[in-house]
Amino acid sequence: MINLHAIGAIFYYEMARAVRTALQSIISPVLSTSLYFVVFGAAIGSRIESVEGVSYGAFIVPGLIMLTVMTQGITNAAFGIYFPKFIGSIYELLSAPVGVVEVVAGYVGAAATKSLIIGVIILITATFFIDIQIAHPVAMVVLLITICFAFSLFGFIIGIWAQSFEQLQLVPLLIITPLVFLGGSFYSITMLPPVWQTISLFNPVVYLISAFRWSFFGTADVAIGISLAAIALFTAVCIGIIWWIFKSGTRLKS
Amino acid sequence: MPETKTMTQPMISINGLQKTYGSGFEALKNVDLTIEKGEILALLGPNGAGKTTLISTICGISVPTGGSIAVGGHDIITESGKTRRLIGLVPQEITLEPFETVLATVRFSRGLFGLGPNPALLEDILKRLSLWDKKDTKTKELSGGMKRRVLIAKALAHEPQVLFLDEPTAGVDVELRKDMWGVVRDLKEAGVTVILTTHYIEEAEAIADRVAIISSGRILLVDEKSQLIERMGKRSLTIDFDRSLDALPDSLAGYGLTQSQDGTSATYTYDTRAERTGIGALLRDVNAAGLSVRDIHTAQSSLEEIFVSLVEEDANAQSRAGKGEAA
Ligand SMILES: Nc1ncnc2c1ncn2[C@@H]1O[C@H](COP(=O)(O)OP(=O)(O)O)[C@@H](O)[C@H]1O
Ligand SMILES: [Mg+2]
Repeated sequence: MINLHAIGAIFYYEMARAVRTALQSIISPVLSTSLYFVVFGAAIGSRIESVEGVSYGAFIVPGLIMLTVMTQGITNAAFGIYFPKFIGSIYELLSAPVGVVEVVAGYVGAAATKSLIIGVIILITATFFIDIQIAHPVAMVVLLITICFAFSLFGFIIGIWAQSFEQLQLVPLLIITPLVFLGGSFYSITMLPPVWQTISLFNPVVYLISAFRWSFFGTADVAIGISLAAIALFTAVCIGIIWWIFKSGTRLKS
Repeated sequence: MPETKTMTQPMISINGLQKTYGSGFEALKNVDLTIEKGEILALLGPNGAGKTTLISTICGISVPTGGSIAVGGHDIITESGKTRRLIGLVPQEITLEPFETVLATVRFSRGLFGLGPNPALLEDILKRLSLWDKKDTKTKELSGGMKRRVLIAKALAHEPQVLFLDEPTAGVDVELRKDMWGVVRDLKEAGVTVILTTHYIEEAEAIADRVAIISSGRILLVDEKSQLIERMGKRSLTIDFDRSLDALPDSLAGYGLTQSQDGTSATYTYDTRAERTGIGALLRDVNAAGLSVRDIHTAQSSLEEIFVSLVEEDANAQSRAGKGEAA
């Protein structure tokens, strides 16, 4: 029997925290991403030739949305569960009648929702600067939701694993940001020399950005089926790890 | 007849509970303890005795490595959904989300434990704890005592049948301590079973029905508090002589004196609550025996000494039991 009230309580609490800190949790990521649109889309973009038949300004929009929702999903979920651990209020969660379903639905659900909201705001903002058409709107929405959720799951794992604020920052900063930048946010990997194209295929983010860009422009670096399989695999691995964490009590219970 | 069952069933029964931490440290060694419905039990023990570990294990924060615990007749591992709803926990450390308001954090607790909103109940709880006028205050702006009461309110928000209070009055001023005791008595009145840990004897004395003494991960004794108070009533009087005595005179044999190693002093134990302490007679007899007294001092047995003597008694009892079995 699922404790729905608990999911609601955690979700509400996390969303209230986002509202309380709206300036840094919502406005700041939207603002900084919008700067990219101004610089790359409007200013520099007009001097760069189109990529795969899409104007450069439009081409970078899916990648930038990915960049933001991934980092936001990770940081929000990681912080959401790390903070109670840090201040000690996690005792309540550990003694409550909740299991992995409630905790994940609450914390990860809230983190994913927050990044989704940010992603949508950025998309709307982008339309002010750049002319965008969305080829597969339904697929775009589904992908966006899935990716927000998948990376919030990943962030949740980091939050449980982290034992200091440094460790909390470590993974997003040292792993995610480079992967996203090298994952084709600003270019098509077909523009790379063959060796680097092969290396890029080991970067999971390439599949996400490629799939997301496909939903906008109908063309992709990687076959869409492979991208979807990669996203599903990543999500499944994260869920597996979280399930194991709760079953064993690792880093949560003594 | 399920009704008779619930009537006789203890609120909590702990059997052969063991807890060894990942570090290899054995924090609980074969603990057996039964807590009845509606009683106030004080878990009394020095720092590091295992009080918090015991509570954490019952609440499911810490995983037992041996034995079993049932709360309200349900096993805490296999039926954790049921046992956890019965329990409220007020932790030893003050751990509150600093930016949340009092009412929001209490509401969160109720939801987390699976109950729908009940504003009237939360209002009542906050009023009882004198927190209602602070309901919209951020917890970081409250005083230490108020924070502790917020933790109590959070623990009560899901109407638990059992409340654990881990050192509720540690570092709290006298006034607030009295308040806290009042809250505990109210809870008992309302039928809640209360287990509180403390290292203050006076606290156990003031509010508990029964006292369990825990030391080094073992329960040494569980008793009605009156029994314990009797032990605490003991004082000792030490008489220093001006010289070393090989043996005490026969005329002092009836006092049960213990001589120091070097023979220069003797100690008499008496009960301050007794009508006649026997001090006057002892001093007269010492005088009559021709001993000259250099100094006299008295001491109350400290909690530490009580623990030491309990551990010794316990060890003796166990070795006697061992011999008994062998015979
Ligand atoms: N997580 C832990 N890992 C290892 N040892 C621990 C842990 N928590 C407590 N201990 C040890 O277990 C013993 C009992 O601790 P605790 O239950 O907190 O005692 P009390 O609450 O009676 O002061 C102490 O010696 C403490 O150092
Ligand atoms: Mg303790």
